[in-house]
Amino acid sequence: MKKFLALLLSLTMVMVMLASCGGGSNEGSGEGGGEGAIKVGLITLHDENSTYDLNFLNGFQEACEKTGVEPIIKKNVPEGQECYDEAMDLVDQGCKLIFSDSFGHQDFMLQAAKEASDVQFVSCTGDKALVAGVDNYHNAFASIYEGRYLAGVAAGMKLKELQDAGKLKGDKPKMGYVGAFTYAEVVSGYTSFYLGAKSIVPDVTMDVTFTGSWYDETAEKEGANKLIQGGCDLISQHADSMGAPTACEEAGIPDVSYNGSTKSAAPNTYIISSRINWAPFYEYAITAVQNGESFDTNWTGTIDTDSVQLTELNEDVAAEGTADKLEEVKAGLKDGSIHVFDTSTFTVKGEKLDSYKADVEADEKYEHETEVISDGYFHESEYRSAPYFDLQIDGINLLDTAF
Amino acid sequence: MDKSVKEPLIHITKRKMISKKQEWAIRLGSILLALIVCAIITTITTHLNPFSVYASMWEGSFGSERKIWSLLKELSILLMISVALTPAFKMRFWNLGGGGQTMAGVLATTTCMITLGGKVPSGVLIIISLIAALAAGAFWAFIPAFCRAKWNTNETLFTLMMNYVATQIVAYFIIIWESPKGSGKIGVINSSSQAGWLPVIGGKQYLLVVLIAVIVTVAMFIYLKYTKQGYELSVVGESENTARYVGINVGKVIIRTLIICGVICGLTGWLLVAGTDHTMTTTIEAGRGFLGVMVAWLAHFNPLGMILSGLLLVFMSRGAGEISTAFGLNKSFGDILTGVILFFVIGSEFFINYQIHFRKSHRKEAADV
Repeated sequence: MKKFLALLLSLTMVMVMLASCGGGSNEGSGEGGGEGAIKVGLITLHDENSTYDLNFLNGFQEACEKTGVEPIIKKNVPEGQECYDEAMDLVDQGCKLIFSDSFGHQDFMLQAAKEASDVQFVSCTGDKALVAGVDNYHNAFASIYEGRYLAGVAAGMKLKELQDAGKLKGDKPKMGYVGAFTYAEVVSGYTSFYLGAKSIVPDVTMDVTFTGSWYDETAEKEGANKLIQGGCDLISQHADSMGAPTACEEAGIPDVSYNGSTKSAAPNTYIISSRINWAPFYEYAITAVQNGESFDTNWTGTIDTDSVQLTELNEDVAAEGTADKLEEVKAGLKDGSIHVFDTSTFTVKGEKLDSYKADVEADEKYEHETEVISDGYFHESEYRSAPYFDLQIDGINLLDTAF
Repeated sequence: MDKSVKEPLIHITKRKMISKKQEWAIRLGSILLALIVCAIITTITTHLNPFSVYASMWEGSFGSERKIWSLLKELSILLMISVALTPAFKMRFWNLGGGGQTMAGVLATTTCMITLGGKVPSGVLIIISLIAALAAGAFWAFIPAFCRAKWNTNETLFTLMMNYVATQIVAYFIIIWESPKGSGKIGVINSSSQAGWLPVIGGKQYLLVVLIAVIVTVAMFIYLKYTKQGYELSVVGESENTARYVGINVGKVIIRTLIICGVICGLTGWLLVAGTDHTMTTTIEAGRGFLGVMVAWLAHFNPLGMILSGLLLVFMSRGAGEISTAFGLNKSFGDILTGVILFFVIGSEFFINYQIHFRKSHRKEAADV
């Protein structure tokens, strides 16, 4: 017995020693990023199985390769104290710049930013940097409402094709939208999508359902099925799983996707997808930190910075002439002749709006304090990077607002 | 002796007594075996050096002072829930509701912090929220205990269902308090005033949590081993009829014990909100109510032993996270390794209780003679 125990102990010791050697060599290879390469961290809510997080991960890898920094990625970090712990661990590992990808991470990133003042923190999609007054804490987003508007145009083209062919389910075109939550980021998204479609088919309406989660494959699929059964001719979504695209493929209903192409999973129904390309922002922020320069507290990417993109157009499903129409509208958005939230294109409770105060300052007061309508349109993402369009416009019907 | 009866190839007998040394040899041996199996799986599926994977798991828990503190915090919270479940299990009352009882404490603390923040001094708020959390946890455990004592309802199902009820109530209140409206998150509570936040002692954010967990664990050890109440509940566990015969009021013992469970879970919920996270989410309890069942069983209901079994589980989960960062592996891979190791650890309990005999070959037998 004693012999066995002794053998066991010595084996364990050998294992531990080997293990620590392994650790040493691993660290060594990690420093291969080049002399003086800085370390940059990324915290994501889920992993590559989520289209949303995958989009961040791809952009991050691309930017890190371009700038020659060493990336450290923490996946599956919940929106709680764990986010602070992981952010501070990245600080301990020597990161000079740390990004997080989910809205709910922001409070914990801010907490870490206050503690590690020599490290730059960016809460992507967050809205508190404007009022936080913490120098090393930033927010970033993109004018994705323009991308969604374009995606809406592609949807409108498809609906027009169905309408002309007499293939609509009802007498008027109707779209369905699966949203995650009911705050401005999602509202801005579905409204711009709707307005894009409306610019092609003026009599279109849209039903919206919410899942109360950013990633819930079952709920998203069920939501899409509910909309399809409710007579929707086309579906789009703002949630991160493959739930809605899969439901559309099974039912043969065209789908306008988000975060990236879902053509491989839905070859017969996928039309197009809009996405934020995060690489330009990452590159901008990383370069600034490399050069010891400061960078924007609120950074908003645009079509011009290549931050707002459309993914491949599926010619098999999309209506004829969609590509040309998209180029035309895109040019209009770029030169300012088209505004997504042009107040002459929508009404709220039957009235055209001339003035609206939005809650731009995300403080504890929740006051709608900033005038955002001027020159005939709603100025989205100009006063801060995160969306603040939270109007319920006519033509959009919310099926449930529990979240 | 002529063998007319065919001896089976393998037969199993219950071990009589086994020394502590042998017990631990079997346990360590099984962990070693598990590591070897994991190494094979790692090499085949990922082509990585298994030793560097193990080293990175070690790094994840002990790589820096902060990681050690995070490990201790996680261990403390898990330990408290495991310890809370223990007296019920000793009584053979299958309390699967540790999660729900913790959520009740979480909700009570959050309610106090949101509704009273800025209206009473922070110190008073801490005390009010503590009392509320303990009461809420106790109440959540009292309901199934009362029904069991009164009407002999099935406590396993009852406590299990109470978890979901608690989580849904929390979800409801998150929608009431969410900020901004519609985001499904309440964010950090009282972030500017820090009203109701537990003080940081000794400059270490999680020290208080660790200290409370140590006190609770030791107190539970003493309660179970040296007090009359601790003895009573183990008698109820052995046989309710015996307990009744010797004059123990079984119903009273059940309710009293479950209230103790609930109070400790409520305390854990209070620590989670006021001490560490300062927010409320539906996932804040993170399945620890179930994990705690495993921790308690692995330690044979010995609170001090739970430090070890809890450490194993926390170590594995932190290691799983670390290898996904270090090697770009999906977190599921870490979970596979955790599963293999737990399988072997739980399996080792079988070999501690039972002995396997193989049929000896006749030739060998002849040689032995």
